[in-house]
Amino acid sequence: MSENKLMLDIKDLTIYYETDAGVVHAVEGLNLQLGRGESLGLVGETGAGKTTTALGVMRLIPNPPGKIKSGQIIFNGENLLDKSEHEMRKIRGEKIAMIFQDPMTSLNPVMTVDKQIAEMIKLHKNVSESEALKLAGDMLELVGIKRERAKDYPHQFSGGMKQRVVIAIALACDPELLIADEPTTALDVTIQAQVLELMKELKTKFSASMILITHDLGVVAEICDKVAIMYAGRVVEYADKESLYLNPIHPYTNGLFRSVPAIDEDVDELPVIPGLMPDPMDLPKGCAFHPRCAIAEAICAQEQPKMCDFGNGHCAACHVMAKRHGL
Amino acid sequence: MNDEKYIIVKNLKKYFSTKRGKLHAVDDVSFEIKKGETLGLVGESGCGKSTLGRCLIRLLDSTSGEVLLKNKDNDNYVDITKVNAAEMKALRKRVQIVFQDPYSCLNPRLSVWELIAEPLIVNNIYNNSADMRKRIRELMDTVGLAERLENSYPHELDGGRRQRIGIARSLALNPEFIVLDEPVSALDVCIQAQILNLLNTLQKEFKYTYVFISHNLSVVRHVSDRIAVMYLGQIVELCDYQELFKSPLHPYTQALLSAIPLAKVNVKRERIILEGDVPSPIEPPNACRFAGRCRYACDKCRAGAPELKEHTPGHFVACYRAGELEK
Repeated sequence: MSENKLMLDIKDLTIYYETDAGVVHAVEGLNLQLGRGESLGLVGETGAGKTTTALGVMRLIPNPPGKIKSGQIIFNGENLLDKSEHEMRKIRGEKIAMIFQDPMTSLNPVMTVDKQIAEMIKLHKNVSESEALKLAGDMLELVGIKRERAKDYPHQFSGGMKQRVVIAIALACDPELLIADEPTTALDVTIQAQVLELMKELKTKFSASMILITHDLGVVAEICDKVAIMYAGRVVEYADKESLYLNPIHPYTNGLFRSVPAIDEDVDELPVIPGLMPDPMDLPKGCAFHPRCAIAEAICAQEQPKMCDFGNGHCAACHVMAKRHGL
Repeated sequence: MNDEKYIIVKNLKKYFSTKRGKLHAVDDVSFEIKKGETLGLVGESGCGKSTLGRCLIRLLDSTSGEVLLKNKDNDNYVDITKVNAAEMKALRKRVQIVFQDPYSCLNPRLSVWELIAEPLIVNNIYNNSADMRKRIRELMDTVGLAERLENSYPHELDGGRRQRIGIARSLALNPEFIVLDEPVSALDVCIQAQILNLLNTLQKEFKYTYVFISHNLSVVRHVSDRIAVMYLGQIVELCDYQELFKSPLHPYTQALLSAIPLAKVNVKRERIILEGDVPSPIEPPNACRFAGRCRYACDKCRAGAPELKEHTPGHFVACYRAGELEK
């Protein structure tokens, strides 16, 4: 990918939470790239560092205890970590917008929904209150909510409708990058299908880039082009969706795919990855996955594996697989 | 599995009184559960699946109807909804439940040991502590909790281990029938697979009869022998698990199945997007409850509610147009 098409380039990002009990290594030397117009699925289990990465990009890591220890987040050629808080406020919402996981708690319960959307518009555009409210109504219609309901409060909406309002707020200023943190996790399947359909539609309409954080490989298959699998604060595999789903390389990715029950196949026992995610305060030496890995060798406990290109931009960080492929 | 009817549910209703009228949480549901089978109960939030699960073991008193449980030593049945408190206490040893949220269903001030001992103490099972000690060790071993954890408190453990405590508690009294109310929905996929395997092994070993409540269709398919689909307090379809996924008859089941995001990239399928949300369960009209969102609804559907009828042997469906809609 040529440099000018690159929208977001995260280099060696390390984020720690320094707590009384110890240092939590939430994100460790993370590298991630996102091209213009692309949508990336960031997949991993609870505690893998997905949300911390997203908050890092938004510079919203709660400090203390969180700290960005090192790395760069290059957005449109500029390092976000060098920006002042004042400059960041201009970027948040206007250039990079975020959809949070829980639509039930991310809206203000004592404010009508059109005001909540207008608040965002007024913050970034030089418009009057009435104009902002009119634009807010347009946004509501865009996400499939009738204009008549603009004066309703969040509690008058169902979960799926609330998530539509949140999406409307995020898209109100036509951001270049949209970060969606588990946008459908709190929703029922049929409502999830509606929201995913809406997001797919808006993605083409707004041509925004997107990072979708989820633990659901099915949701990623629906709307992403690229997928990054995270484990213990690092990206362990990164590839085009097709390539990753058809030929997963990293043993963790393989385990993840196999532990989801299929809807068209009978198995007596699900193959499981033994053990648990390592404690982020006390990560194992070498590859963080080696204590649970079926193919681990001596080197895995010693050295951190590097990201290797297995062909066509399909990258994975695994000593054993790299050796098997002669890399 | 034998075809012995173990539990017979007849016209079970559970209404809740609210300010706005009667909320029909479970509305006239009849079905049977066979000895040793797993009956999956699926549906979206608010469809009454948890309420039904709780009525089955009388954690909630039902408004009307019968839940007949087969006696241990003869062929007669006892109606759980009618027995007095003393009899119910004795029955509690036979019917148990595992709750959804392993974070809130355990008393945070009790250690693992005390949590598992609680049901044994409440029911005066052992009069000497050595036997009880042996039983608790045995239970921890059965569910895969290491002995060193016995003095830990719930907050020190991860979700998977906490759910194992919940399972150990429900197994403590050697029950025959266990209601599993979304036992894995709060867990990550890898842990989810571990717990599903555990439940499967336990069923094989101890011949438990399960009712497995979940909104996750692929999980339900994996564990169930038969599946009942609920919509707004009623069972709309009930049949063998393979049959349900192969030839769903009810339009709601069809939409539900098509809405599951698949973790596959090279499968194209037609997706049925349902319009709108689930209507209110308060004073529902006498009509098919799905009619408002159904693309096949006709005047007959709006005039009266269809009953759950056996369409083909073993395949029950509540839809006037069931036969016509087969693909």
